[in-house]
Amino acid sequence: MRRRTRSRPPIAVAILAALAVVFFTVPVVGLLQRAPWSELIDDLTDPVVRDALRLSLVCSLGATALAFVLGLPLAWVLARTQVPGRRVVRALVLLPMVLPPVVGGVALLLAFGRRGLVGQYLDDWLGIRLPFTTWGAILAEAFVAMPFFVIVVEAGLRSLDRRYEEAAATLGARGFTTFRRVVLPLIAPSLVAGAALTWARALGEFGATILFAGNLQGETQTMPLAIFVELQTNLGGAIALSLVLLAVSVVVLVSLRDRWFPA
Amino acid sequence: MRRALVAIVAFAIVAFGAAPSAGATGKKPSGEITVFAAASLTESFTAIAKQFEKRYPDVSVKFNFDSSSNLAAQIQQGAPADVFASADEANLQKTVDSGDVTAKPAVFAENRLEIAVEKGNPKKVRGLTDLDRSGLVVVLCADAVPCGKYAAEVFANAGVNVSPASKEENAKATLSKVSLGEADASVVYVTDVKAAKGDVTGVKIPDRQNVIAAYPIAAVKGSANSAAAKAWVRFVQSKTAQSTLRRFGFLPA
Repeated sequence: MRRRTRSRPPIAVAILAALAVVFFTVPVVGLLQRAPWSELIDDLTDPVVRDALRLSLVCSLGATALAFVLGLPLAWVLARTQVPGRRVVRALVLLPMVLPPVVGGVALLLAFGRRGLVGQYLDDWLGIRLPFTTWGAILAEAFVAMPFFVIVVEAGLRSLDRRYEEAAATLGARGFTTFRRVVLPLIAPSLVAGAALTWARALGEFGATILFAGNLQGETQTMPLAIFVELQTNLGGAIALSLVLLAVSVVVLVSLRDRWFPA
Repeated sequence: MRRALVAIVAFAIVAFGAAPSAGATGKKPSGEITVFAAASLTESFTAIAKQFEKRYPDVSVKFNFDSSSNLAAQIQQGAPADVFASADEANLQKTVDSGDVTAKPAVFAENRLEIAVEKGNPKKVRGLTDLDRSGLVVVLCADAVPCGKYAAEVFANAGVNVSPASKEENAKATLSKVSLGEADASVVYVTDVKAAKGDVTGVKIPDRQNVIAAYPIAAVKGSANSAAAKAWVRFVQSKTAQSTLRRFGFLPA
């Protein structure tokens, strides 16, 4: 009985909560009701849209791969070692999550641009230029998205029972073998969740990309940039691309539902 | 229960019921106006706003500077603009065609294009025909943006085929890539180079290759403060504002 009365919220709370739901729902409905369903195929095969789709796939997967290569070791260091300044490092890793992406773009430009802190040497010594290249777009996305991978995987490593590793070690497995054969399979769910979050965030990256990598069809113009530009001239194309990103978001949400909404 | 309802109603009044205090009815313009203006007008309109607010102390002017094509799209989607000043006639015409602007647009200034290069012109760019040089990093405005459209015309006039490294969202963003040293050259307005005050060097484009960019202005139909909006449109065409525009490098219309 008591539980019943509790499960009904006060009317004022219910109204405000309902307003919040409406606030989240209406924009999605607004997008869907303007969708040019009959011309969707035409809109999606438009060269600008097609290039943006392809490039977004390349860049977001590239950023996710970079997160694996650099983020996995970092997560391991943060979770398993006692290096001094670990908390500072973690704060630095988390910074891009709260930093406005546009600021990230400016920072990347001043660091890796042609006149940047590091970029000038990349240019002078190695002839590597990152702005206005697909590599630049990948880097911008990785900067913004990699923290998601690091924190999810670090949490996964922390919650792992270390006795599995100790058992493997007593059976003669060396460090890397233990990591590959025991740890990696055990943290696979974290890896998948981290990668999915990273990929979704990379896919949606706008501010850092347009500032650092510029905006050129087929080279650096990813889906969010194309939506921004197309909105001025080709509303149908912009909505079609928005629908693709909406669909991707829904898929990511559904596939990670167990992680986010545990029963 | 009742108290909760009262609270909600009070909240709703505060949140949504802010009464427009615009002086649309009074004789003297007052209140606030939002002017949507091409990014290339940033410096000149900011200066003109100071003169305007001196003349009309009860009016405060806010700006939304962006590419004219973006502004036109925003106005068509119902953005709360009182005045639209575009860097080309096509984008203002778009808002006329969609019924968002019913007033007759007036051309209040003209602009020309110029090549902007890094300070001191280290790559020795002499003219448009140098811009297709391989290894030269050129950034332009996006195709939909007026300065991008004008740049395409200028290249056609010069018979040169430029492949840019990036197409930026407006004239200011394009210029900033040159002043930051990321790009070697761009084609923007004369007024942008002037406003950059030595951060970039300008290379003149001869008249026979150049275009004339006409800037039209009009009050927006849905304006909540049409008296002040009309006052702004008139003021921009006044002697005071025209001499300010001239000072920033614009040509008289």
